Amino acid sequence: MPDLGPLWLSLELAAVTTAILLLLGTPLAWWLARTRSGLKPAIEALTALPLILPPTVIGFYLLILLNPTAPIGQFWLSLTGDTLTFSFAGLVVASVVYSLPFMVQPLQSAFENIGRGPLEAAASLGASPLDAFFSVAMPLSVRGFLTASILSFAHTIGEFGVVLMVGGSIPGRTRVISIAIFEEVETLNYHDAHLLSGGLIAFSFVTLLIVYSLNRRFRLHVG
Amino acid sequence: MSDSALSLNLRSKRGEFRLDVEAEIPLAGITAIFGPSGSGKTSLLRLIAGLDRPGEGRIAMGGDVWSDSARRVFMPAHKRPVGLVFQDARLFAHLSVAGNLAYGQARAGIAPPRFDSETIIEALDLAPLLTRRPASLSGGEAQRVALGRALLAQPRLLLLDEPMAGLDHARRAELLPYLDTTLRQLEIPALYVSHSVEEVVRLADRVLALSHGQCVAMGPVEDVFARLEIEPLEREFEAGSILAGRLVAHDERLQLSRVDIGGQVLELPMPVAVQPGETVRLRIRARDVAIATLKPQAISIRNVLDGRIVGISEIDDSPYADLIVSIGTSQLKARLTRASVEALELVPGQVVYALVKSASFDRRPG
Repeated sequence: MPDLGPLWLSLELAAVTTAILLLLGTPLAWWLARTRSGLKPAIEALTALPLILPPTVIGFYLLILLNPTAPIGQFWLSLTGDTLTFSFAGLVVASVVYSLPFMVQPLQSAFENIGRGPLEAAASLGASPLDAFFSVAMPLSVRGFLTASILSFAHTIGEFGVVLMVGGSIPGRTRVISIAIFEEVETLNYHDAHLLSGGLIAFSFVTLLIVYSLNRRFRLHVG
Repeated sequence: MSDSALSLNLRSKRGEFRLDVEAEIPLAGITAIFGPSGSGKTSLLRLIAGLDRPGEGRIAMGGDVWSDSARRVFMPAHKRPVGLVFQDARLFAHLSVAGNLAYGQARAGIAPPRFDSETIIEALDLAPLLTRRPASLSGGEAQRVALGRALLAQPRLLLLDEPMAGLDHARRAELLPYLDTTLRQLEIPALYVSHSVEEVVRLADRVLALSHGQCVAMGPVEDVFARLEIEPLEREFEAGSILAGRLVAHDERLQLSRVDIGGQVLELPMPVAVQPGETVRLRIRARDVAIATLKPQAISIRNVLDGRIVGISEIDDSPYADLIVSIGTSQLKARLTRASVEALELVPGQVVYALVKSASFDRRPG
């Protein structure tokens, strides 16, 4: 039986990442869906970048940004006494960046599908924009929220390259399931590698099955 | 602070389209905003509701300024005491009918409410629909719910944007009486956007006519529709005149009523539910009016009115000409062939007899 610690760590990482992405991605997706600003295409392209960049590119720049001698890494170190690189907090930052499009794109298309109609109706009935968002836009986008959360969660579970570069493989700290599988294979421990990999395949299939059953029309769009 | 009038002074530009409207709309009864598609009716309504920002100008209801570009005042839509019924109902799909009705009511913040839910549900016959989902409603039912929802937000002014445009003929006939009786019963001033002469005549007390973004006429329905300039706006509809009159007497034996229209009397088939002494509104189609230069005798048409031609307009590329005939206080439109006009040598100013073949009763003027 393989050590299940990496599995729990992966689940924890995915849960925290999804929660943070919900908080960050919702306003971003809302802005993208409603804005007429000329900046929109640029922001959309930036948001979609993690979809096409090799994880090593993201990992490389995150290492540079987060290491203790860089401003962000230094600030974090002075604040918490821990480094951002090779720590769980660093993995969360990396996962948020890496999984951002999986949160923003389904939400943006859900918000766009609502159109202006129901929001104008809400305004004419006395609802402020914030009120209308919570009482009309969010309930009408429930499926978008579910899809976005499930995809972000699953994508975080499956990431490898970024995690390896930013977090390494410290048991109980940064050794997530994909890293653990890699190490089992490296040490020719195929039995445990099979158990973990097979489990991940089953998990991913079930996740996608749920997503597609929830929303047959959903498509990831790049750019 | 009074709600006596809505004063508009707006200049707005969107792409090629310009809206330039200056008007004082009395806030009593129903005012139709009338004009062909693309004349700016919906744009005007959206500016009044606060859904769009005017390029320039001022909107005020009584003493409350809603928008004033000179003073950089703009009250957002959700703060204006305005109810809006959209062409496409726009009910909230995630709420039941009851939830939709409660949405605006919960946000109105007026206690006690001027329109309570029992009255509205009763007036619009919504009780059987309360538990339904918007997706399961017919077009007419959805519009009734939308009207109820808008009213329960306790507006001081109701805006209706062609609420019947998406409905078929039968559904319109079903919705119209609800609109008519509910708005009058609740005594809420309303602006009703429409391009339908029939709806305007049936519902409205006065008309603001728009053409190419400009207000071309405003006044009582009868007056505005009697003016020739309105003709191009209603070309796609049957031309006719709208007259205000007073029912003088019934003849039960012959089933006829005598209606006084500014001194002259018409005999018409008895309408239901109108009593002598009451005012009525008549619609007379232009093709139901014939013209004679001598008083006709031995003729089956009994309604022969004394008149004087005030205008003749030939209709391009057609065999017809429209005459405007003054019959005392009001005007009558007659459609003749251009050949008749030539044969009878009709000219403006000439004294003629207008023969009215039939007329229909419309709503009593408010």
